[in-house]
Amino acid sequence: MKYLMLVCTDPEPDTSTEPLPDIEEWAADVVGRGKHLLGDRLRPAEDATTVRVRSGELLLTDGPFTEAKDWIAGFDVLECADLDEAVEIAARHPMARSGRLELRPFWPLGLEG
Amino acid sequence: MAAALGAERLRIVAGLIRVTGDWDLAEDCVQDAVERALVRWPRDGAPDNPAAWLTTTAHRRALDVLRRRRTEAATLARVAAMSASAASAGPGGTDPYGAAYRDDVLRLLFTCCHPALPPAGRVALTLRTVAGLSTREIARAFLVTEATMGQRLLRTRQRIAHAGIALRVPEPHRLAERTAGVLAVVYLVFNEGYSGTAGDGPRDELAGQAVWLAGELARLLPADDEVHGLRALLLLQHARRAARTDAAGDLVPMQEQDRSRWDRSLIAAGLAALRTARAGGRAPGPYRLQAEIAARHATAPTAGATDWAAVVALYDELSVLQPSPVVRLNRAVAVGFRDGPAAGLTALAEVGDLPGYHLLPAVRADLLRRAGRTAAALAAYDEARALVRTATERRFLDRRVRELGGDPTWREPAATVGVRPGGA
Repeated sequence: MKYLMLVCTDPEPDTSTEPLPDIEEWAADVVGRGKHLLGDRLRPAEDATTVRVRSGELLLTDGPFTEAKDWIAGFDVLECADLDEAVEIAARHPMARSGRLELRPFWPLGLEG
Repeated sequence: MAAALGAERLRIVAGLIRVTGDWDLAEDCVQDAVERALVRWPRDGAPDNPAAWLTTTAHRRALDVLRRRRTEAATLARVAAMSASAASAGPGGTDPYGAAYRDDVLRLLFTCCHPALPPAGRVALTLRTVAGLSTREIARAFLVTEATMGQRLLRTRQRIAHAGIALRVPEPHRLAERTAGVLAVVYLVFNEGYSGTAGDGPRDELAGQAVWLAGELARLLPADDEVHGLRALLLLQHARRAARTDAAGDLVPMQEQDRSRWDRSLIAAGLAALRTARAGGRAPGPYRLQAEIAARHATAPTAGATDWAAVVALYDELSVLQPSPVVRLNRAVAVGFRDGPAAGLTALAEVGDLPGYHLLPAVRADLLRRAGRTAAALAAYDEARALVRTATERRFLDRRVRELGGDPTWREPAATVGVRPGGA
């Protein structure tokens, strides 16, 4: 099962003083186990471009389509057996402590036949 | 017979869900088998091996339904294989507490109580699938319509499928926290029955289901002392059920209960479960501490003989593990009995905010009443009566008001009293 993991900032990060897990170790582990399909960091929301077409007219807006205190800082696409496995991977990501992670299951359209 | 069917029903449901992945089908087929048994056994006599009869009947039904639906051959073959192995096991071979039962039921419980499901859905699904209550019974227990409860169950099952929640036992390093999640669901079911947070007072059937679930858990997860702690707590509280309401259905506070009406066999079972919890030798968890408190009450021959010093000490320990206003409120009650109402009122001042919770003003009212401060007590009773949610509890508060010479016809509390600081 595929999950999109949205890596988000959080106004209330973990306050414990334990050292954060290392992102490179995390990546090496999930890639090594074949659980990681794709992923990267994203430029902040202020660098976003929002695209709409209305009555044939292209409308571009600088910035995100919703204003929020927290934003998406990165993403990963995971291939996991089930939610529990995806949760374990997410829980070991450093941003689970300094931000929060949102796991969105894929809902395949099946366009590729 | 219904009780004897409990474990058997659960074993068949869990097996069918594992093999077909279809929760509805599993529940319907077992329900169908049980209904047939209820018609046939009283008429023709029970079969030699009732468990095998139920299993075979439910499996046959499942195969019929799956064939009609033109289910893929692989699923049909798995159900047929499961059915054949259950039949060849013969009498005693389908031990309801054997390893296969244990694995199937644990998988089901951990899935029903998965933390990624909404809490109300966890409770509903556990009662439907594990306890075997009908949608109508669960709807009645939670005072919602059958359609609403049906929707809740449907959405919960859909969420399991869509989110990718697998039917499995958690990894060893998550077992303790996930077990705590299952215990929380069972405790919620019990409390809904015990305090009847909505409607007209306690609902013993629901509390009884929770006691049964706690017993199953104690058999399935015997190494976890909190499981035994919760079971002890529920048994000790359930033991008081006959004495908690009077002939008119009104609540009787523990201090005034007729202790001869407490169920001695449940108390003995509760104390035994508590000894099992202690035997692990680990530091007590919150359920065990609450069971220890319940045990102090259960073993006091009279209300006056209660060891309130021990109860206060246990609440002190509990408030370290669970620093919540509700625990501090209960502690203040115990202090009020150990050191008198004035000390209780002092302890009450440290409880903190409990917006909308009627027991905070109700406890203050009771302490003021016992301190002889009638006018202040009546004002606090009014405040409690404005927040109370069940008719039985309101009648109890009305009775207290009458005893103090007040007027129990309900009225809005004075504006200053109604303000709830920090209320949401």
